[in-house]
Amino acid sequence: MSNPPEINAGRRRLIVVTAAAGGACGVAAALPFAASMLPSERAKAMGAPVEADISALAPGDMQVIEWRGKPVWIIRRTKEMLASIKKDDGIVADPQSKVPQQPEYAKNEYRSIKEEIAVLVGVCTHLGCSPQLKPEEAKADMGADWNGGFYCPCHGSKFDFAGRVYKGVPAPINLEVPKYAFVSDTRIVIGEDKKGA
Amino acid sequence: MNMKKLLIALTFASGAAFANEGVKLDRAPIDVADLVSLQAGARTFVNNCLNCHSASMMRYNRLRDIGLTDEQIKDNLLFTAEKVGENMNITMPRVDSKEWFGVTPPDLTVIARARGADWLYTYLRSFYRDDARPTGWNNTVFPNVGMPHILWQLQGERSHVEEAVKGSDGKPLKDGHGNPLMKARFETLVPGSQSALEYDHTVRDLTAFLVWMGEPGQLQRKQVGFLVLMVLGVMLVLAWLLKREFWKDVH
Amino acid sequence: MAASKKEPVVVTDLGVLNKPASDLLTWVDARFPLMENWNAHLAKYYAPKNFNFWYYFGGFAMLVLVIQIVTGIFLTMNYKPDAAQAFASVEYIMREVSWGWLIRYMHSTGASMFFLVVYLHMFRAMLYGSYRKPRELLWIFGMLIYLVLMGEAFFGYLLPWGQMSFWGAQVIVNLFGAVPFIGPDLSLWIRGDYVVSDATLNRFFAFHVIALPLVLLGLVAAHLIALHEVGSNNPDGIEIKDKKDANGVPLDGIPFHPYYTVKDSFGAVVFLIVFSLILFFAPEMGGYFLEANNFLPADPLKTPLHIAPVWYFTPYYSILRAVPPLFDSQFPGVVAMGAATMIFFAMPWLDRSPVKSVRYKGPIFKAALAVFVVVFLILGYLGTEATNVWGQAGAWLGGAERATVVARICTVIYFLFFLLMPWYTKIDSVKPVPERVTG
Repeated sequence: MSNPPEINAGRRRLIVVTAAAGGACGVAAALPFAASMLPSERAKAMGAPVEADISALAPGDMQVIEWRGKPVWIIRRTKEMLASIKKDDGIVADPQSKVPQQPEYAKNEYRSIKEEIAVLVGVCTHLGCSPQLKPEEAKADMGADWNGGFYCPCHGSKFDFAGRVYKGVPAPINLEVPKYAFVSDTRIVIGEDKKGA
Repeated sequence: MNMKKLLIALTFASGAAFANEGVKLDRAPIDVADLVSLQAGARTFVNNCLNCHSASMMRYNRLRDIGLTDEQIKDNLLFTAEKVGENMNITMPRVDSKEWFGVTPPDLTVIARARGADWLYTYLRSFYRDDARPTGWNNTVFPNVGMPHILWQLQGERSHVEEAVKGSDGKPLKDGHGNPLMKARFETLVPGSQSALEYDHTVRDLTAFLVWMGEPGQLQRKQVGFLVLMVLGVMLVLAWLLKREFWKDVH
Repeated sequence: MAASKKEPVVVTDLGVLNKPASDLLTWVDARFPLMENWNAHLAKYYAPKNFNFWYYFGGFAMLVLVIQIVTGIFLTMNYKPDAAQAFASVEYIMREVSWGWLIRYMHSTGASMFFLVVYLHMFRAMLYGSYRKPRELLWIFGMLIYLVLMGEAFFGYLLPWGQMSFWGAQVIVNLFGAVPFIGPDLSLWIRGDYVVSDATLNRFFAFHVIALPLVLLGLVAAHLIALHEVGSNNPDGIEIKDKKDANGVPLDGIPFHPYYTVKDSFGAVVFLIVFSLILFFAPEMGGYFLEANNFLPADPLKTPLHIAPVWYFTPYYSILRAVPPLFDSQFPGVVAMGAATMIFFAMPWLDRSPVKSVRYKGPIFKAALAVFVVVFLILGYLGTEATNVWGQAGAWLGGAERATVVARICTVIYFLFFLLMPWYTKIDSVKPVPERVTG
C-alpha cells in the first residue's frame, strides 16, 4: 500500500474532527471517575463541624477536640501566657500572621476571636506530628529564654501560645487556626464560622 | 438480526419472576418526579415506619433532593438522629424486635428495588383483622406477616371475607379441580379517618417515597443518560462518515 | 546479535510536528520493537476485506474488558469485602460516592454485556468455522477465556452479598460436594468454612479482583497472538493467504489499520449507545441484569423461594436440573453441566465438513445449527424459572413437570448437536467455495 503523494484534505479534516470529538468524549468520560475520588457524603458528614463545651475549662488548661480526624486545641490562656506572646514577637518567623493559616477574624495579635480562648489545629506544620504543650515553667528542658508554648518532639519545632512558629525551626509556618465561632460564651463550634460553612 | 430480537423478547417475557405466585398486584400510580408526593411520603415514612424499620443506608440530608431545606428536615423529620448528615438508623435492638415480632423488621432503604412498587402499594392496602394472629392483623399479599397494620387509623379496620361464587341457578360453581370457586373481598368493620381514595393517595405517596429512596439518583441518572446519548449520537455520525471515507478505497 | 541499523521512522501527517515526532519515534524504535509490532499487528496485518456484522464482537469484548477493569478498580476503592459491610458498602457507592452510581451500573451492565458479546462472538466462529485448522488453538484459548470469564462472574456475583449472591454461591459450591469421595472436603476447602461466610467472601474478592483478571489478560494476549499467527478467518471460510500478490500481500486482505481501526471505532460507538440505553434507562433490565432479590441482604437462615443463577449461566443450570439423580447422587447432573461447557472445546475435531463456512455447507448443518440455537435459548429461559413454570404434564408422562420434560429433550438435542456432528457434517452436501472472497 503506497501513500498517495497529495494529502487528502477532506479526509484529513474528518480525521481531526472525529479524533478531537472522540478525545473530548474520553476526557468527559474520565471526569466522573476522578470525581468519585473526592470526599464522599460520608466523609463530608464525618468532617462536619463539631461543638465543644468550654464551661469547665480552667485558666491555663487545654482541651483537645477531634475534628476531621485532627486534634484541635482549645486553650484558656492566662494573663502570663498572653504576655508571653508579646515577648515572642522578635523570635517568631511570621509575627503578623501574613501567611494565610487563619481566618480573617484570627489575623490579629493573639490569632483568635477572644483573647482568652485560643483555638488551634494541633498538627505541626513541618511533617504532621502533634506538638506538646510546654508552659513557661518548662524552662529546665526548653532553655532559659523559653516563654511557654508548644514543642514538637519529632524534629524540634517550637510555637508560641498564639501558635506562631519560631524562627530557625524545621516547621515553616504558623499553626493553623480553623474556622470557628462562639455559639455561646461556653460553646464553640469548630469547622464553620458565623456565616455557616 | 433475528436472534437478537428473540433474545430481547425472551428477556422481557418473564419479567414477573419475583411476584408472589397467585396474588394479583395493583399497579402503583406513582410519579417519582412529583416532589409534593415524595414529601408527603417522607412524612408518612418517618412518622410511622421509622420506629421499627431502619433505613440505615439513607442520610437525612439527601431529603434536600426532594425540595426540603435542612431546617425543614430538622424540624419535621429528624427523629432518630441529631444532625441532618446522619443515617436513618433506629434504636430498636434487632434482637428484641425479632423476639417481639418473630422476625426482625427489615431495613427499608432498598425495599422498593427488592419488592417492586406494585407489591408495596398493594401490600400496604391489603391488611385485614385476623384474631388468629398475634398482632391481630393479617395480609392477603403477605400471608401471616409479622407486621401489624400500622396505618390502621387511616384506613380503618376491615375483615377478609371469602364466599362461594354461585351460578345463575344458585348452586356454588366449581373450579377446574372440583373445588368450590371462592371469591374474596374486604369488608369494612370500622371506618378510618381517611376515605378509601384518601388512603390510596397516602399509600401512593409513601410508595413513591420508598421507590425514590431506593435509588435517590434515578432522575439524575436519566438526565445524564439523555446527554450521553446526544453526544454519542453526534459521535455516531462522525464515526460513520470517517468509516465511509476510508472504505471508499476498498472494493 | 548486534542491533542492525533500523530505518528511521518518518512521520508525515503532523505538519510542523513532523520532525520532533519522527525523532522521538526513531529514538524509541531503536530501543523497543515499536515499528515492527505496529506493522505486524496493525499497519501491515492483513485482514480479510469482507468482515461483516459478526466480526464486531471480538473488538467489543476487548472494549468491555477494559470497561470492567477500570470500573472495577474504582469500585474496589470503596467496596468493603466483609460480610457485615459489603451490602451497605455497595449502597454507599450508589448514594454517597460522587458518580458512584454510574461506576456501579457500568460494571453491572458491563458484566451482562460481556457475556452477550462473547456468546455472539462464539456464534460467529460456529457460523464460519473459525475454529477449524489452523485455528484450533485460537479456539481453545477462546474457550479458556470463556471458562475463566464464567468463574470471574461467579466470584464477582457473591460480592454484593445479597440473597441471590449468597444462595447462588451456596448452591454452586455445594455442587462440588456432589463429587464422589472428595466432594464435601472440596466444598469445605473452597468455602473456607462450613457455609458460605465472610471467609468465602474475602477469598472470592481476591479471585475476582486480581487472580482471574490477570489470568484473563494473559489468555486474551495469547488469543490475539494465536490469531495474528494464522490470520483471521472470514464469512466465506476461505484462506486469503492462499492468494497473494507479488509483494506477498493477500489479494483479499486489507491492512487492519486504518480500515478496521476506523470501522471498529464506528462499531464501538454503536455498542456504547446500546450500553448507555441500558445503563441509564434500564439498568436492572427487568430483573435480569440486577436481580430484585439481590436487593435483600444475604440471610443464611432464609432461602429464597426461587434461586436462579444470572441469565448467562442459565442454559447450563437447566441442563444440571434436567438430569435426574442417579444412585442418590446429583453428580451426574454436575457432570452433564460440565460436559455441556467442555464439549465446545472439541468442535475443531467434530466438524468434518470439507468447507468451513455455513454459507457453503448443506441444509443439514444449517438446520442443526438453527436447532441448537433454539434449544440453547429455551434452556436459557427455563433456567431463569422454577421447574413448575409450565405446570404438570398429563398422566401419560407420569404427571412430570412440562418444563423438566422439555429441558430433558433440549439437553439431549444439545449434546446430539455435537456428538453427531462428525457424521452429519460428513454426509451433508456442500456448495463449491469461491476463489476470492465475496461481500
